[in-house]
Amino acid sequence: MTFQSTWFLLIAVLWIGYFILEGFDFGVGILFPFVSKNEADRRAVLTTLGPVWDGNEVWLLVAGGATFAAFPEWYATLFSGFYLPLFLILVSLIVRGVAFEYRSKYGKAQWRQRWDVAIFISSLIPALLWGVAFANIVRGVPLEKAASGSIEYTGGFFNLLNPYALLGGVVTLTVFITHGAVFLSLKTAGSIRDRAQVIAKLSGLVAAVAAVSFLLWTNLSLPEIKPVVLSLSVAVALFWVAGMAMNFIRREGWAFIFSALTILTFVTTLFTALYPRVMPSSLGAQFDLTITNASSTEYTLKVMTFVAVIMTPIVLVYQGWTYWVFRKRVSASQISHPERGVLDQVSHSLHQ
Amino acid sequence: MNSLDLARWQFAITTVYHFLFVPITIGMAFLVAGLHTAWYRTAKLKYLRATKFFGKLFLINFAIGVVTGIVQEFQFGMNWSSYSRFVGDIFGAPLAMEGLLAFFLESTFLGLWIFGWDRLPKKLHLASIWLAATGTLLSAYFILAANAWMQHPVGYIYNEAKNRAELTDIKAVLTQNTALATFFHTIPSAAFTGAAFMAGISAWLIIKKKDIEMARGTLKLGLITMLISIVMVSVSGDITARIMTDQQPMKMAAAEALYDTTESAPFSLFTIGTLDGSRSVFQIDIPSVLSFMSTGNFNGVVEGVNDLQKQYEETYGPGEYTPNIPMAYWSFRLMIGFGFLGALFALLALWQMRRGGTPRGRWFAPAMISLPFIPLLANSFGWIFTETARQPWSVFGLIKTEDGVSQVVSAGAVLFTMIVFTLLYGILAFIEVGLILKVIKNGPSEELDYVDPELGGSDKQNLVMSY
Repeated sequence: MTFQSTWFLLIAVLWIGYFILEGFDFGVGILFPFVSKNEADRRAVLTTLGPVWDGNEVWLLVAGGATFAAFPEWYATLFSGFYLPLFLILVSLIVRGVAFEYRSKYGKAQWRQRWDVAIFISSLIPALLWGVAFANIVRGVPLEKAASGSIEYTGGFFNLLNPYALLGGVVTLTVFITHGAVFLSLKTAGSIRDRAQVIAKLSGLVAAVAAVSFLLWTNLSLPEIKPVVLSLSVAVALFWVAGMAMNFIRREGWAFIFSALTILTFVTTLFTALYPRVMPSSLGAQFDLTITNASSTEYTLKVMTFVAVIMTPIVLVYQGWTYWVFRKRVSASQISHPERGVLDQVSHSLHQ
Repeated sequence: MNSLDLARWQFAITTVYHFLFVPITIGMAFLVAGLHTAWYRTAKLKYLRATKFFGKLFLINFAIGVVTGIVQEFQFGMNWSSYSRFVGDIFGAPLAMEGLLAFFLESTFLGLWIFGWDRLPKKLHLASIWLAATGTLLSAYFILAANAWMQHPVGYIYNEAKNRAELTDIKAVLTQNTALATFFHTIPSAAFTGAAFMAGISAWLIIKKKDIEMARGTLKLGLITMLISIVMVSVSGDITARIMTDQQPMKMAAAEALYDTTESAPFSLFTIGTLDGSRSVFQIDIPSVLSFMSTGNFNGVVEGVNDLQKQYEETYGPGEYTPNIPMAYWSFRLMIGFGFLGALFALLALWQMRRGGTPRGRWFAPAMISLPFIPLLANSFGWIFTETARQPWSVFGLIKTEDGVSQVVSAGAVLFTMIVFTLLYGILAFIEVGLILKVIKNGPSEELDYVDPELGGSDKQNLVMSY
């Protein structure tokens, strides 16, 4: 395997990690107003994310950084071309991170309601837009050789909102909602757990319809049917069915494993459909960005491979260990004084 | 304004803003880790109160540092895609390494520290704050190495066919003197910043008579850390200045508004130049000091702006190679001035605290409350100096800023995003300051919710930490 293929694979791995981990973060953020009946519920739901959301988001930063290092042309064309959608994602991630950290600092209802709306919207937007972005990449967007000699995106913002891409957005949105519901049913106790299980049943069905149509469309629009892409698409469907069945019989751990596997195979399907292109052009194959014409030098890729091969397993071990440390279910009854903000101390500050 | 100017403004706004939070995070991470260690070793409750109190403030600050950092990672590709194409082979590597080695470490272990009070054995819990702090240090190292490469590119060749710089020696990029000097200049100034934050807030507690037992200790810790770190900042600043004179003589000449090449060059304390910055009208100088700062020799020759402009025209072709001189001159002085002002306040307060005294006097309250802002100003002016006085270059001698901007992003789009970022950042700053004031108003809490995990616990037990 060449270093270019290795890095194509590694970047796929980073996106898989990101979508599995922040995927349920987004789902929980979207569901949290609906799955909670009172303040204690809401705090319990957010507490399931508390220790992990920031580490989950780092997968995105590393995917961005790795693309910059390994395929600078891809990074440059994609990020400048998809300027406004990425901007919306950035604003959402900014608001969302701050909302998690600040929401429960005060008990005032208005303060909390505002942050709650912020969490819902800022989870919804990226969950939708990541699907739109990836569907556009797979479908191919207008790329042309500019005067400078580099391949640049020439479509506008609205060009990105085509039906196939929007369907892709619906897929990531509904899959993440379901993935989040399954995560909640695994990580909470009591009535939140029951409600999350019911939501997963319903949203799982919607996601199944969206994902199957999207995958069919993907397979049919490839220049020729690729057996690997087709079999991966079938695997996506099978894993999803297994996950939904496990949710139905309330084997929550298995349901989560299968929904994670679904995301893994789904992202793999998209990257396999792309390979060896990284960003196909809809204006002709001569403008395609590929792992060859978009990549860094072999020396840079070698250096980066060395770092990635050592660090990725270490990261996986300690991040996995975090999940083990916080493996206990969170229940609303464990939240003492849910209405009281962390900073609304009643009286006990020290006076001397 | 065209899209280039707007992209530059957006980069300046988002980066200066991000770097208000970064040094506080780095400095406070180590100070909080130190307090936590003190509690672990001595079991004295004042250290636990201090860990929790400053830990709270640290986390409020950290949240904004993290989220504004995401913009930094994406902005190169979004607004500076031509730059990204040109430097990606080299510049991307430290960024990816920063993610893999630093961001994962700091975010994961900080999560463990925040939520781990009743979940982890004491020793592991203490280790997690130290690992998070180490993560902030690694992050600084990689991003400063990347920036140092823009100041002084090494370990690369220029590939003409692809019109880009290509990496040939990663070791040179990561260990060149520019990177190391910048690291040893920036980290102590981060310690200075975090310590000023701690000292200023502790002084406020003393003024408001809240938990004086704890606040005296943390005030002293903050002040002493400030004094030690300002010495390190000065030493590494001096080294940085010499490296800069050697590698980017134009920057030093601009910092000094030295228009003509001079032997035994004076250090200028104050200058008034013509409005376009092309020559000076009035100057107050200290003889020979600039020569010493730049070359280590009082009689050394320092090249002037006008001669360098001529030299660069010969080397790089016709063009404007002189940065904005008034900005370079004043930001350089304000960086140094604010640094020493902070140190002076620290010294005064520490002097009055000797033999158990409490600082008093009219100066004390305003000086201590302004203390956290002083290093923030010094840091910002330092970066404004080092980045603007490199202009017109983005990477010195290799690619100009104007050639790095994205061609496909319209001025309207950049204007829109710049306005939204600015408004959003403004709102966040407002909220953060409000929260910090609230924490200070509450003071350190008596209700210490720490539960010893060795005492055992059950699922029914209340969570020590929840969102």
